[in-house]
Amino acid sequence: MGSRASSLLREEDIEEIKKETGFSHSQITRLYSRFHSLDKGENGALSREDFQRIPELAINPLGDRIINAFFPEGEDQVNFRGFMRTLAHFRPVEDNEKNKDPNSGEPLNSRNNKLLFAFRLYDLDRDDKISRDELLQVLRMMVGVNISDEQLGSIADRTIQEADTNGDMSISFSEFIKVLEKVDVEQKMSIRFLH
Amino acid sequence: MDWTLFFFLSASFRRRNYETLHVSEFVLKNVIAFMEDVWPMLRMAFVVLVLLIMLPAMFGLSLGITEAYMKILIKTLEWATLKIQKNSEEKKTLKPSSSNGLIQRDDSSLEKEIVELRRNRPRPVEGGDFALSDVFYFSRRGVESIMEDEVTHRFSSEELASWNLLTRTNNNFHYISLRLTILWGVGVCIRYGILLPLRVTLAAIGISWLVVGTTGVGFLPSCRLKDWLSELVHVMCYRICARGLSATIHYHNRENKPKKGGICVANHTSPIDVVILANDGGYAMVGQVHGGLMGVIQRAMVRACPHIWFERAEMKDRHLVTKRLRDHVNDKNKLPILIFPEGTCINNTSVMMFKKGSFEIGGTIYPVAIKYDPQFGDAFWNSGKYNMVSYLLRMMTSWAIVCNVWYLPPMTQQEGEDAVQFANRVKSAIAHQGGLVDLSWDGGLKRAKVKDTFRQEQQKIYSHMLVRDDSSD
Repeated sequence: MGSRASSLLREEDIEEIKKETGFSHSQITRLYSRFHSLDKGENGALSREDFQRIPELAINPLGDRIINAFFPEGEDQVNFRGFMRTLAHFRPVEDNEKNKDPNSGEPLNSRNNKLLFAFRLYDLDRDDKISRDELLQVLRMMVGVNISDEQLGSIADRTIQEADTNGDMSISFSEFIKVLEKVDVEQKMSIRFLH
Repeated sequence: MDWTLFFFLSASFRRRNYETLHVSEFVLKNVIAFMEDVWPMLRMAFVVLVLLIMLPAMFGLSLGITEAYMKILIKTLEWATLKIQKNSEEKKTLKPSSSNGLIQRDDSSLEKEIVELRRNRPRPVEGGDFALSDVFYFSRRGVESIMEDEVTHRFSSEELASWNLLTRTNNNFHYISLRLTILWGVGVCIRYGILLPLRVTLAAIGISWLVVGTTGVGFLPSCRLKDWLSELVHVMCYRICARGLSATIHYHNRENKPKKGGICVANHTSPIDVVILANDGGYAMVGQVHGGLMGVIQRAMVRACPHIWFERAEMKDRHLVTKRLRDHVNDKNKLPILIFPEGTCINNTSVMMFKKGSFEIGGTIYPVAIKYDPQFGDAFWNSGKYNMVSYLLRMMTSWAIVCNVWYLPPMTQQEGEDAVQFANRVKSAIAHQGGLVDLSWDGGLKRAKVKDTFRQEQQKIYSHMLVRDDSSD
């Protein structure tokens, strides 16, 4: 039988996801088709293996960390809501959103939340601090075997030295934000849709 | 397979609704009675139809039945498309075309992007050059590939922009109108009731003719007559099989048709590719020895003219394989061999990496591009999802198979070009001609994991950005 992907997604669900993430109706249906095609087990949730089946992601040096970002603490499956919530971090920031009602909370694709996504790629144990070891781990993932431990260690030390303002030898989220204040996060951490 | 036809009857049994049970019994009894009266006439009509289609096909002629069928089909599908478009305009639900990309991707390199990211930061004087913002590049590319990637969707059927009245392609098209549904219902009856038995009969005749004919020709001593007869038998059988699929094939540039002693390479979409190509000439097939019905066919074919069948163990030995193929190619009297260098079926929207083995044999390569028209039937064999029998059943209950075959000018390996570069050159030519996307990803990714070497390449490039080359590595 042909897949009935879009018929499994109810209108109420689409509306809720729209409110939570800000994606449009057509974007949500397209991403649902994508979710469905990745879900080989057809159980309405994605596992880590489903992500690793994407070749372009498997060759990405930070592939495993990015996949990790989709799975909440200690869980092995992510449903469509969770999937969309994580993808929403990469939605481009639109100008008219800046005038939205402040009671609705910070949108998922705000500058702050984009930076938080990147911060969490480093901060594996979620203690809100990037320690020297955590930084080394990420560096090692990105360079492979091409740089020696000592050199990597000195790079890590220098990075922490530059960022650390309160002297605790680790980078907190506010220190992270300060270091990156000149970087155009909104543009670099956004993915444009074609419709 | 759509079971909607039997749904009504099975539903009434399941629900134990005795009234519907009685009604369906009543209906069945009457249908059977009707059939009994009409059966002899139907049988006669069936046989006549089979002969009318088969006999001209064997001699390469056509009575125009298939053409008329195709014309009616095209008109109906156009009407259906208009109806769906009108309906979606009325309801103001614009279904975005899935053949367009979802997200905007720029192909700027790793270096360019990371330099951009570091723009507003002063460069450190010594040591490595690392910025916390470097992860932005990798995370964005990673999430882009999660939203949309070039590879995974090549292993499943292409989504159509407009419904072609087959349940199997009904992904996003909901109930539109009563007339359309009735048309679809009529379509189901025609496809399963008339077309399917017709096609199965034709296919059975075709295959039996192949086995019988090639065995018969095999008794002749080796001579030119035998070669000519064997080619005739092969082509006739494939022509009957093509009618058995209601295949309409358009050949282009036939002056470039593969000659004896050459190697024909083509993009692979389904096992039917063999029937499509062999309709126009004889080829020597290459493949693995199978058991069962396939084995019988293979053994019969080999009696009439040399094909190359490998035992499973032999296929592992690359040198043996190359030697046998080379011996065959060097004999200028033997038919050109047909090889599909992708090694697996791809969904006919792209051409994936060509394995270099076929390009190391030497000899002239005759590239062929095959493009199916998905509007009439999806020819792609998703071997993970369907086995051979269900696949053939799907083929025989489609509307038709329409495809274009382009023969490309022959190519040979040039000076200073290794097998991989040659393979890529041929691949580009085929992709360009067929209007397919040229990918360098391996078709084997359908089942296997991607090799680590690609990731290591990226790591290497990034490492060079971190540490200058003059410092000790």
